[in-house]
Amino acid sequence: MPRVLLVEDDPDVRKAVQLALRHQGHDVFAAATGEEGLERLRPFRPDVVVLDLMLPGISGLDVCRRIRDRDQVPIIMVTAKGDDIDVVVGLEAGADDYVVKPVQARVLDARIRAVLRRQDASVSVAVRPRAEAHGELVIDRAGLLVSHRGERVALAPSELRLLLTLSASPGQVFSRQQLLEAVWEHSYHGDIRLVDACVKRLRGKLGELGGDPRYIQTVRGFGYRFGSS
Amino acid sequence: MSGPRVARARKTVRKRDAVRNREVVGDREVVRNHEAVAAGEGRGPVRFLRAVLAKTPLPLRGLRPRLVVAFALVAVVSALSTGALAFREARTGVLQQSQDSVIRQFRTSVDAVAVYTPLPPRRSDLETAVNQVLRANQSQGWQVMATYGSLRAFTPGDISDKLSPELRRSVGTHRAAVFQRVNADGHPYLVVGMPVTYDTSEEKEPRLSGFAMYLVVPQNTEQAYVQAMVGGIERATLVALCLAVVLALLAAGGVLRPVRALRRATRRMAEGHLDIRLAVNGSDELADLSRSFNDTAAALERSVAELRRLEARARRFAADVSHELRTPLAAMSAVTDVLDENAPHLDQETGDALRLVSEGTSRLSVLVEDLMEISRFDAGAVRLNLDEVDLAESVRRTLVARGWQGRVETRLPRPGTLRTRVDPRRLDVVMANLVGNALRHGAPPVRLTMTVREERADVSWAVIEVTDSGPGIAEEAMPHIFERFYKASTARTRSESSGLGLAITAENVYLHGGRVSAANRPEGGSVFTVELPLRRESPDTDETTEGAR
Repeated sequence: MPRVLLVEDDPDVRKAVQLALRHQGHDVFAAATGEEGLERLRPFRPDVVVLDLMLPGISGLDVCRRIRDRDQVPIIMVTAKGDDIDVVVGLEAGADDYVVKPVQARVLDARIRAVLRRQDASVSVAVRPRAEAHGELVIDRAGLLVSHRGERVALAPSELRLLLTLSASPGQVFSRQQLLEAVWEHSYHGDIRLVDACVKRLRGKLGELGGDPRYIQTVRGFGYRFGSS
Repeated sequence: MSGPRVARARKTVRKRDAVRNREVVGDREVVRNHEAVAAGEGRGPVRFLRAVLAKTPLPLRGLRPRLVVAFALVAVVSALSTGALAFREARTGVLQQSQDSVIRQFRTSVDAVAVYTPLPPRRSDLETAVNQVLRANQSQGWQVMATYGSLRAFTPGDISDKLSPELRRSVGTHRAAVFQRVNADGHPYLVVGMPVTYDTSEEKEPRLSGFAMYLVVPQNTEQAYVQAMVGGIERATLVALCLAVVLALLAAGGVLRPVRALRRATRRMAEGHLDIRLAVNGSDELADLSRSFNDTAAALERSVAELRRLEARARRFAADVSHELRTPLAAMSAVTDVLDENAPHLDQETGDALRLVSEGTSRLSVLVEDLMEISRFDAGAVRLNLDEVDLAESVRRTLVARGWQGRVETRLPRPGTLRTRVDPRRLDVVMANLVGNALRHGAPPVRLTMTVREERADVSWAVIEVTDSGPGIAEEAMPHIFERFYKASTARTRSESSGLGLAITAENVYLHGGRVSAANRPEGGSVFTVELPLRRESPDTDETTEGAR
């Protein structure tokens, strides 16, 4: 039974989503504020966090960043602000997926299950005998560990999966749609903002923002590829 | 040989001047007529002048050179015309006075010697007469000659070379003194011919005696006066010209300074600095212009500030409405599945009620989503995330993602042949809406075709057509089909949509710089055509384009 930490300030929405997710078979703990959500993260040990973007006190974005700093748990951002910029800001803060309110319980359930499935799948696709080195970047597919210049790099599930997918075939160009399907398992013609935001985050963590990226390279008009050199 | 004759001689001179004047006036009239004809012939000269001005470099056809030229022309024309008139009057006065004086003295002298000269005179008589006249008018540079038939006497030298045949003829036939100004050896001379007449008691008119005396007087003094006048006029013209240029430069500076300030201010304003203002000096027209500019700028600044305030309010309103509507809807939407699942287990009425609430919630969710999308377009908050995609592949994905591939006949280009830069998410919205409409409101077969239309060598369009075989769209609905909340459902199957789908579709197409249109097919059914410009140049996958509205 997946454990879901729901952080939602509106009591009606909180109750309704809690009810709906329990109905879908999830074990849900509902927090009314970001602070409460952060407090409950360790004792509750959720499989996934469903996080509202607009919260009183600590905002959803800050909660997302703080969770990312110390935990690799998948985060699904639920936002009432559907503007592109809000979505992109949310994704860049470290969310693995996002849904815009109002959302049907079935859709939210599908997204939760997809995130969890991808996390499990990361382990299965990554089964390889030993770590591989790409310059100063070392990827341990068995242990799901990434280090850059000798230092461990903490990656969110979507970031790790994106890096594993790209680095599995160095030099091969992946379109955004291919990456969307491979990493996020979006079965519909999805949103490339997820890909772009995740690439940006990954580049930031590998110290490649600005200048000419070495590992995650943009192929204009097509998509991305992993630098093989 | 008395006063009336002199008067007559004077009259003759004035008459000649009058004739000359008339000729001059006549010439002017002719010139004026020429100008009138030239002006009436058309705008050739004006066009020529404009063409010349257009080809002249800007520094030479600016306001400053034009003002300088105009001022200089006015100064020169004024000075010259004034000088010419003054010169003419002064010259006439000087010469008139001189010749009148000379003629009077000469007549007096001739009258005095004529009395003692016998008729017919001998040569010695003529010499005596000449000497007497000369003696009576010493130290005036006179040269005198007396003639009677072929006899002639002169002193101090022969002056016959200065006498024109006309003058001699006049003296021989007229009873009045005649005079003429001649130039000889570069010096001006006044030549006077004085016929001697005598009265008879039988005749009213005096008779010519055949005895005549001629006088030649150098007019160097008068010539010097005239030259001094010309020099004075030249100097006055030069001074006037210099003054005019200085004044023109001052005037141009006075006009150009505010004009340049105005130009700088308008440029700054065009760059968005609406707080720019001009310093108002004085109370002339330019100060009025500066004041008007400042008023206009202030009004514009107020209007723009008001528009920005309204726009910000509209955006805030959209965001607030979005949040306020979405929050309760989020709660309702989350539990619709629970309601749907439980509805069959309840009694009939409660189950129906739950289903109605569930359906209403779903439709309300779609409506709110559409409203938010439209309000984002209105607020200018939409952005294009352009990416170069395979159009055919993108459309195919739209159909596959919605499970429509079996219900739509497609005629698409081969994969990889039609790539262009679009926002894939917005293209998906457009195609899903049009195909969804055709499936929902039209009748099968629904067809989707994609072609390329070359408009010019460098401009081509991707043309996407979605056709259905339904009842078509009512003609009266056609002009409004892309308007918000307009439903053409009376002639079609019942619409469950909000009437915003096609409006959002159109906005998305316009955002791409494309066109969208609807029409009825002759063979039945409707056709929706989307035309997107094919843009392949300067691809940049990370590009984000500001909303076009």
